[in-house]
Amino acid sequence: MSSRAMILGQIRSGLNAAGAPDRQDASALEARIAKKGRGIIPDRVNLDQEGLIDLFTRQAQKVNATVARVADDTAVPQAISDYLASENLPAAFKMAPHPELQSISWEHTPSVTVTEGISDESDVVGLSRGVCGVAETGTLFMGSGAESPITLNFLPETHIVLIRSSEVKGAYEDGWDMVRKRGMMPRAVNLITGPSRTGDIEQTIYLGAHGPRRLHIIMVDDS
Amino acid sequence: MDPTSRAFKENAKEALKNENLQSALSQMKVGFIERRKAAAADIPEFEALRDQARDLKNHTLANLDHYLEIYEKNATEAGAIVHWARDAAEAREIILKICQDEDAKLVTKGKSMIAEEIALNEALEGAGIRALETDLGEYIVQLRQEPPSHIIAPAVHVLREEVEDAFREEHQHLDPDRPLTEPSNLLNEAREVLRTQYGQAQVGITGANFLIAESGSSVIVTNEGNGDLTQTMAKTHVVVASIEKVIPTLEDASSILRVLARSATGQEFSAYTTFSTGPKRSNDPDGPEKYHVVILDNGRSKLLGSEFQDALRCIRCGACMNHCPVYHAVGGHSYGWVYPGPIGSVLTPTFLGVDEAGHLPNASTACGRCEEVCPMRIPLPKMMRHYRVQEFEAGLAPPAVRAGLDVWGFFAKKPMLYRAASRIGSFVLRSMAGGKGRLASAPLASGWTTYRDLPAPTGSTFQDQWSARNGRRKPSANKQSAGIDA
Repeated sequence: MSSRAMILGQIRSGLNAAGAPDRQDASALEARIAKKGRGIIPDRVNLDQEGLIDLFTRQAQKVNATVARVADDTAVPQAISDYLASENLPAAFKMAPHPELQSISWEHTPSVTVTEGISDESDVVGLSRGVCGVAETGTLFMGSGAESPITLNFLPETHIVLIRSSEVKGAYEDGWDMVRKRGMMPRAVNLITGPSRTGDIEQTIYLGAHGPRRLHIIMVDDS
Repeated sequence: MDPTSRAFKENAKEALKNENLQSALSQMKVGFIERRKAAAADIPEFEALRDQARDLKNHTLANLDHYLEIYEKNATEAGAIVHWARDAAEAREIILKICQDEDAKLVTKGKSMIAEEIALNEALEGAGIRALETDLGEYIVQLRQEPPSHIIAPAVHVLREEVEDAFREEHQHLDPDRPLTEPSNLLNEAREVLRTQYGQAQVGITGANFLIAESGSSVIVTNEGNGDLTQTMAKTHVVVASIEKVIPTLEDASSILRVLARSATGQEFSAYTTFSTGPKRSNDPDGPEKYHVVILDNGRSKLLGSEFQDALRCIRCGACMNHCPVYHAVGGHSYGWVYPGPIGSVLTPTFLGVDEAGHLPNASTACGRCEEVCPMRIPLPKMMRHYRVQEFEAGLAPPAVRAGLDVWGFFAKKPMLYRAASRIGSFVLRSMAGGKGRLASAPLASGWTTYRDLPAPTGSTFQDQWSARNGRRKPSANKQSAGIDA
């Protein structure tokens, strides 16, 4: 008998021997999954869109991310250039090959060098396009794929993520709806809440462990 | 690792004498508790979320076989290769074979308690494959050649200057005069040293906080980002997860995630929660080319339907040990195996037997703090009591304990005699104490009096006071007894 059969058999016999309380048939369980029922949603996200944007911003800042809100795509290059200057970072970054990022007119800000592709250890700054932001805890949802290389989320010391103000949602469950709306589950979905950190030296939190040391969110108004 | 749970008493004695350990523990017992308390207070739904998490996991466990099958089907459809391992040896064999097939020389590892449970590093090293821990805490304990002492803070027992010593010894290619006094120096050094390794490893191994049946995904929850680099940069990603990690949907994962970080580190949410579904797809520019999942049983399926089933609700947040007065006193290594603290005192006898680990369920004051803070509301004190009963019934309790219980039992079954004996005992102890109210030694009590004075009884016995009040509680006592979690 295979290990699989033995393990599943032992699970069944244990549960059945105990009278199998709350046991349901496979179709009921499939139906439960298909329903994608939500549990308790924290009351803090019962807000209008401006309220959610405000909560998202405060929560992201609480975990040491920074947020810049801009009027439209044309303001993005200057906002990034200003951010890089304020952090004393080089005016160059690796950009995800996302059509919405590619359509931004970078050439009007000639001081910034933009390259495209996946990241390697040499990139100091990366720019990617998020799926959405979740106000509950200031969390970004990132979906990997051709337009969003996952290496950009973890290798650059500074990670910049662009989202639109209409993409700020309340709860994680709203984030999953946004992911599902795009089609099949991406190979990797990263929920990112602030820059990397560790508490492994004397239980004190220090920023900048193995992932990015800084997380900057550019929120473009679109409503 | 070879268990030393049998030697708990000796381990604990050594731990109490270890000044560095005591200094490290004195820091942790304040921080974790305060942070969890603040995080719980910050969300009014917290207690309801705990109830919901408990019920959700109970439902999943009651249908675990089905959910595992659904998970397997969806993971396989996404391109995962799913393996099943009955025990630690089989899991090691499977993983070793994967590594050998990939011709692996270097394996990077994200933090995984299951990997500790199956002693994976030893098996890899034994086969000539270097296993490199990338979580900072795990890296520190790996350099010190010791096991983790806490399930979420592996190096909680290590002082900063001890980390410095370990780094100076290991990183001899670096300038010996470099400053390492600031924690940020240490952090940067680990970052630089490990950064070059992720891409060089042929295989990256991680654990999983959850497996999602709906999507066939594995989930890791981390703060450092090392787990993500481990599972992204190597050509092959191997996930090792135990059977009870499966939950039905992404919504269910969201529900449990709301109590996980708050209970563990007191964060509202960890920095990185990653859902991995299969290997790199045809149009993906990066990610692992192969993705294996090893589902481990190792005795867990036998808990289903038993009085220990509730222990399978555990999400490994560490809150029970963070709040345990015994853990605070003796640290994680004293428990002698992979899982320390209250949950360890339940899991270790389960995995290794009451014979090896019978001391652990006894190393509890039954204060109940672990159950009070457990996000999954696991009745840990009750389970430790079950094991105490088992230990006694199996005749494993020491003769002195058995004799003592026999004597106590003799009196306890005869209430009149018990009361009389209590009065006499109380009177004798009070007389022996004289005016001091405390005894430096007492017959049969050397286990106590060697280390501290025994307070003498101060007044009438409990039963006498109870009868004097007609067996009723004072109204104020009622108020006090309303528990935190009422």
